Amino acid sequence: MTEAAYNFAYLDEQTKRMIRRAILKGLAVPGYQVPFASREMPMPYGWGTGGVQVTAATLVPEDRLKVIDQGADDTTNAVSIRKFFQRTAGVATTEATREATVIQTRHRIPETPLHEDQILVYQVPIPEPLRFLEPRETETRKMHALEEYGLMHVKLYEDIARHGTIATAYAYPVKVEGRYVMDPSPIPRFDNPKLESPAIQLFGAGREQRIYALPPHTKVVSLDFEDHPFDPSRADHPCALCGATDSYMDEVITDDAGGRMFLCSDTDYCSTRQKKGHRGTESAA
Amino acid sequence: MTTVTDTPLLRVRGVTKRYGARLGCGDVGFDLWPGEVLGIVGESGSGKSTLLSCLAGHLEPDAGEVLFDMDGGLCDTLRLSEPERRRMRRTDWAFVHQHARDGLRMGVSAGGNVGERLMAVGARNYGDIRARAADWLNRVEIAAERMDDRPTAFSGGMQQRLQIARNLVTGPRLVFMDEPTGGLDVSVQARLLDLLRGLVREMGLSAVIVTHDLAVVRLLADRLMVMKDGRVVEQGLTDQVLDDPQHGYTQLLVSSVLQV
Repeated sequence: MTEAAYNFAYLDEQTKRMIRRAILKGLAVPGYQVPFASREMPMPYGWGTGGVQVTAATLVPEDRLKVIDQGADDTTNAVSIRKFFQRTAGVATTEATREATVIQTRHRIPETPLHEDQILVYQVPIPEPLRFLEPRETETRKMHALEEYGLMHVKLYEDIARHGTIATAYAYPVKVEGRYVMDPSPIPRFDNPKLESPAIQLFGAGREQRIYALPPHTKVVSLDFEDHPFDPSRADHPCALCGATDSYMDEVITDDAGGRMFLCSDTDYCSTRQKKGHRGTESAA
Repeated sequence: MTTVTDTPLLRVRGVTKRYGARLGCGDVGFDLWPGEVLGIVGESGSGKSTLLSCLAGHLEPDAGEVLFDMDGGLCDTLRLSEPERRRMRRTDWAFVHQHARDGLRMGVSAGGNVGERLMAVGARNYGDIRARAADWLNRVEIAAERMDDRPTAFSGGMQQRLQIARNLVTGPRLVFMDEPTGGLDVSVQARLLDLLRGLVREMGLSAVIVTHDLAVVRLLADRLMVMKDGRVVEQGLTDQVLDDPQHGYTQLLVSSVLQV
């Protein structure tokens, strides 16, 4: 079969229509998980089948796509999804956050602030924030419907009781517009404040068949206790390549003797800073 | 503590539940007054658990009404909307299950289990929640150093005491108990009964206790209802019913208790 035999962006138009309906409903009810008929995609579950379907339904030929995985443009997941849309949609791609119109992401929000003409698409493994405490879907749906969110704080209570501080470092639960409690996908909690954004944010969970969304400028509050307030923590080191102190760090082990260095997880942010002449301890002179 | 009042806390009228052609419980009615403990006894399959589930809103009865004393007087709990009923279940009402596993979150620490009801009604201060949980664990005789252990590491008796603490922490007005001492050995039962009796008297709790163990109702209940084949066959003051049973079935039940 030739590539021309694929419809634009792989999915057929009826499917895209169904997904767009779910997206619009999600935008109308921020934080609410909209069920949708997730399709079988030519990649395994866990590789972003939900995000890919949402991206496919939002792409237009004029779009410029950026795909990141843990902040990086050059890892397997990011490269394969970018190639997938280059081949099936023929859209332009970029690594620069500022130039992209659609950004599909796994586990990070870009450091560069997003703007109003952008759509950020998240890949979500488990959309239900209450799942680990309440395994029954019928019950969690009822809890969302009736705003019974005490259980979410039980999880945070357990964290403090066991570790002395809220140890949930990623997929940190948030409350959207004072209504729905939402799992922001496994982004580090450092990124939680960035969820209040001028861009449209869409969340797709392929295996769990759920889509949810945050319209621009939606109020997003990270859950916490009065005496243990939310803290967007970050490794206390500058980037070894660009010297940034305001970005999220990856810790890289360099030898077997305990050697390590900290690097920006957002590769585009790091390289842009290096081009502007910022230097860290490890960068070549 | 005595409060004089002329409305009962719970008024039950004509509660009937059928399982197809079989009768679960038929035309049951009683009044429960504030501070009163009502025992329901009967053999297995007599419909006592069905009745309790109907009262507590876990099952929907086919007929009858369950009126509860709310702010605006007696109110039929069967006609409440679901959010209202669920809110009542975690504030004014409590339900102690026969098996602690049904009433506890086994993957959450003891302190978290007790704190859950507090957080469910809006407590958001970790220090306060913890202090109140510790206070309640102390009241049900669970050592403070076990607070961060999970119930899976507890003995059966401790699990049951933890379940009681978890239910009473929000100060409910009415407690439903389904065989609270079932499956515990006699010495543990005795301690649990002692504890329950203390709590009921101290907090002025009203309770409906379902059991097949006459010793339990003798110790805890003010009034007794005897059920057979889904019907109430006799009711009255506990001592009166147990010492001078009138109905043939009650006489059989009382005489069947093993004397040691």
